[in-house]
Amino acid sequence: MRTYHDLTASDRSGLPQQIAAQRHRVAQRLAGVQRVMAVMSGKGGVGKSYVTAHLARALARMGRSVGVLDADLNGPTIPRLLSLPAFQIPYPEDGVTPALSPEGVRCISMALLLEDGAPLEFKGPTAESFVWRGAMEAAALREFLGDIAWGTLDILLLDLPPGMQRYLELCDILGSAPEVLTVTIPTPESRDAVRRAMRAALDRGSRVVGIVENMVGREFTGTAADDLAKEFGIPVVARIPWHPTPDTWSALGSLL
Amino acid sequence: MKFLCVGCDQQMTFEERALPGDGTLAATFKCPQCGRVVAMLTNPMETQLVASLGVEIGGRTVPAQPLETVRKMVATGRDDAFEDGSREHGARSSMSWSAEALERLDRVPNFVRGMVKKIYADYARERGVAEITPAIMDSARSELGLEGM
Repeated sequence: MRTYHDLTASDRSGLPQQIAAQRHRVAQRLAGVQRVMAVMSGKGGVGKSYVTAHLARALARMGRSVGVLDADLNGPTIPRLLSLPAFQIPYPEDGVTPALSPEGVRCISMALLLEDGAPLEFKGPTAESFVWRGAMEAAALREFLGDIAWGTLDILLLDLPPGMQRYLELCDILGSAPEVLTVTIPTPESRDAVRRAMRAALDRGSRVVGIVENMVGREFTGTAADDLAKEFGIPVVARIPWHPTPDTWSALGSLL
Repeated sequence: MKFLCVGCDQQMTFEERALPGDGTLAATFKCPQCGRVVAMLTNPMETQLVASLGVEIGGRTVPAQPLETVRKMVATGRDDAFEDGSREHGARSSMSWSAEALERLDRVPNFVRGMVKKIYADYARERGVAEITPAIMDSARSELGLEGM
């Protein structure tokens, strides 16, 4: 009996063609985006969103065209960090117009779509939803990349949730590995988790542009950023104190 | 996924898709040689998995809409997240809706209404229909496979 790959007749469903069209849509949409950079960390609570938003604001103040895609679909915080005004998504014809921050940062986030205080819930069978939920979130990420009219950008920052799953989905959707900016805090626990994330990013072919050490000083003591920099040969591009000034972020922006 | 008629050693071709509305999906495939038809029936979990890939078995009947999966599948979307499509452009803006059709459209959740409205309007316009009525909406649902909307 013939097997799957032996059957080569075209089918009306054209599923491979539908998938190819999705990829093409993403590629076309991002054609005007010079750099796609994922802000990631293997550790939660280290300030990825905080770093992403303030870096984006600093870049915008420096005259760069910047977009932020809040890829933390279950815990979106970017709109608040960018001080986005109330926003209703305009009727989409071709692409969906992103929200615009007072500093001119273009943004899309699940927070703009969800009811206040509501978790991200999907329609569908609740039993064993783990089977399809990840795929549904990946679909949302794909649509955020491919359906938002990003226009011409110097850089599109993606605020990733903790862990590696969203990063791997991103690589698959983009068809290539994005640049990565990694965030840690100065603790050994964070260092260990971030090490895994950096290893995964490098293994997938990402260029890790730098390490940001956040929450430096006060209670947290340690050498996480320096340890990781030494181990991977990747520079520490910023050490963010508990109360950074705009100059702190500008200094980071000027390095990217 | 593909289907093989073992007796004829022929790849079966897609015939028809149905979404009965209970979360399941039925798709029929036919052997081009002997004419045998088989049905693939998926349970709600399997149907959901296909939907999450943003593909349609049997091929797309409607061009992909912006944020289509998000709008169709998010259950906790904000009512006023999207404009409702009242500012449609071009020929669609002149499309007339019967009172009954508008009443039915009003029952569609706001989160997805604009997209659904556009699909119905495109359907009617492409067929030279001057006014959208519940009957036209039924035809569109059936013909385009909009059962999930």
